[in-house]
Amino acid sequence: MQRTAEQIEQDLVWPIFHTSTKYKVAVALASCLVLAGVAVYGYQIWAGIGVWGLNSPVFWAFDITNFVFWIGISHAGTLISAILRLCNATWRRPVTRCAEAITVFSIIIGATIPLCHIGRPWLAYWMIPYPNQRGIWPNFRSPLAWDFFAISTYLTGSVIFLYLPTIPDFATARDAATGLRKKIFRAFALGWQGTPRQWQRLEIAMHIMAIAIVPVAVSVHTIVSWDFSMTLVPMWHSTIFGPYFVVGAIFSGIAALILTMALLRKFLHLEEYLQPIHFNNLGKLLLTMSLLWFYFTFAERLTTWYGNTPSEMDVFWQTIRLHFAPMFWTMVFCNFIIPMPLLAIKRLRTITGTAIASCTILVGMWLERFLIIVPALDHKFLRYTWGTYRPTWVEDTLMAASFGLMTLLYLLFTKFVPMISIWEMKVGLQPHGGGIITTAPSHGKHHGLILEGPLPTDVPE
Amino acid sequence: MNVLYALYADPETAQSAVDSLHAASSELKFDERQIVIVSGEPHEGYDFADAHLASSPYRWAVLGAVVGGTAGYLLTTLTQTSYPIITGAMSITPGWTNGIIVYEMTMLGAILTTLVTLLIGAGLPNFKGVITDPEIWMGKILVGVADAPESSQPELERCLLEAGATQVKQFSGASH
Repeated sequence: MQRTAEQIEQDLVWPIFHTSTKYKVAVALASCLVLAGVAVYGYQIWAGIGVWGLNSPVFWAFDITNFVFWIGISHAGTLISAILRLCNATWRRPVTRCAEAITVFSIIIGATIPLCHIGRPWLAYWMIPYPNQRGIWPNFRSPLAWDFFAISTYLTGSVIFLYLPTIPDFATARDAATGLRKKIFRAFALGWQGTPRQWQRLEIAMHIMAIAIVPVAVSVHTIVSWDFSMTLVPMWHSTIFGPYFVVGAIFSGIAALILTMALLRKFLHLEEYLQPIHFNNLGKLLLTMSLLWFYFTFAERLTTWYGNTPSEMDVFWQTIRLHFAPMFWTMVFCNFIIPMPLLAIKRLRTITGTAIASCTILVGMWLERFLIIVPALDHKFLRYTWGTYRPTWVEDTLMAASFGLMTLLYLLFTKFVPMISIWEMKVGLQPHGGGIITTAPSHGKHHGLILEGPLPTDVPE
Repeated sequence: MNVLYALYADPETAQSAVDSLHAASSELKFDERQIVIVSGEPHEGYDFADAHLASSPYRWAVLGAVVGGTAGYLLTTLTQTSYPIITGAMSITPGWTNGIIVYEMTMLGAILTTLVTLLIGAGLPNFKGVITDPEIWMGKILVGVADAPESSQPELERCLLEAGATQVKQFSGASH
């Protein structure tokens, strides 16, 4: 199978201008979920936050679980893309934009959850540090204030990191479009021409962004972990939480990326671009993260068990063999037992295999966040304060709506931007491009712009 | 803006066209800065592309980081010292926790400066006189001269054709 530069452009711009029935159905379903979420949120504002299942001693549950889950998913994109860019991994080219888009949308969703939780979002400005008559002064010692700065920086950086390499592709779409679309693409292309000076500046900017965004990404989930570890709740006050959360975030992020890539490949007909080698490589990365996740989970549990502090052991046994045990062991199965053979055995590390492993990992990682938060709050130091938590239909609907919103935003994005960077794919056609794209034998002065794939013949489909 | 240009199939021929234009610039009475090159992808390793290598964006990013960090420091210290907070014997401006805000603001400063440096360096946004040709998205490289004197246009056309182009085109300055 061979692709020329012209075909690459046609293949990747095509999904923007052609809408299938399946796409419309998917948009309708996702919109229904989002509308349900909006309606339920309206009801919550009218009735008050008491419609959630929160009560003493559990004041954080589904909302913070979803917050940590979505911020974790956001590590799929910008961090992985930045690392692959810095390593000059040529196989990254079809992967990066899918990944970066996941980051932007999941941070947006994650950031809206605290707004829901504050109950009266129209008073959110009270958190801004300015002299006021209420005598309230936001405290920079609060990890929640750190969250605000970390997430704002990561969101800003991720939007820029997604947008910059998209500018030349907007220019491509601008020249292919007509009518209103042309005007929209023209605005987003910012008058991009493609002069050598512009290309040089763009590549330098992407390099600086990649350097800057990696430590920001690591700091974001570390700071999210500090929301918990800075308190004296049993099994939260742990020095391992920072790296544990970062590993978990990258783990769930890669799973989300693989699943998204598998869906894009199927529905946008990107089989020639998202090839088995990409799933194979990301599958290996996922395998590594699965092992790391197991190591951190084991280390955390072992340290708690060996210390045998009564308050911590109460939470420990709740998760290992009492009330939360079914969830805990489901988590272990989803994050480790099921993915292990699918990712470790080369024959099973196919597109389907990695997608199945990713599905189970996403379930497992959501459970992990829940199990970090709720059992610890349920069983704090004094036994007479113990309580239980059950989510209400309002929380269930809002959670479903967050998944619907992610799907909807992503679907709309595919109609707006080529999901694979066209110009970066063309760079791969150049003699030094390497990776899965190679040049055909030259005939005279013409380079013979050819895409050959799949390259490694031993990668299972 | 009027541009007389030709399209080249590969960077080698584009480079030879650029070289011939540079050589002929004084004879044909146009400035070397009037030479226009446009492509649908970057081409590293060629003189016409590498002539714009710059290290200043890195320096600006560092400066942006310093400014961001300073802003973070001022935000945390000034707000905390300007209001009578009861801290329960803790320091008013704790370095450890303020450091987190300072760190995030430092990175934000570097990121925003990088964006601004790119926009200024690449001349964006610029909606007037965007020169483009559908064929550049198919892998061709556009090489031409903007606002060349009319008297030298026949010679310019010959120069572009001799470098390997099959056709010379004219672009008249409508915005895109």
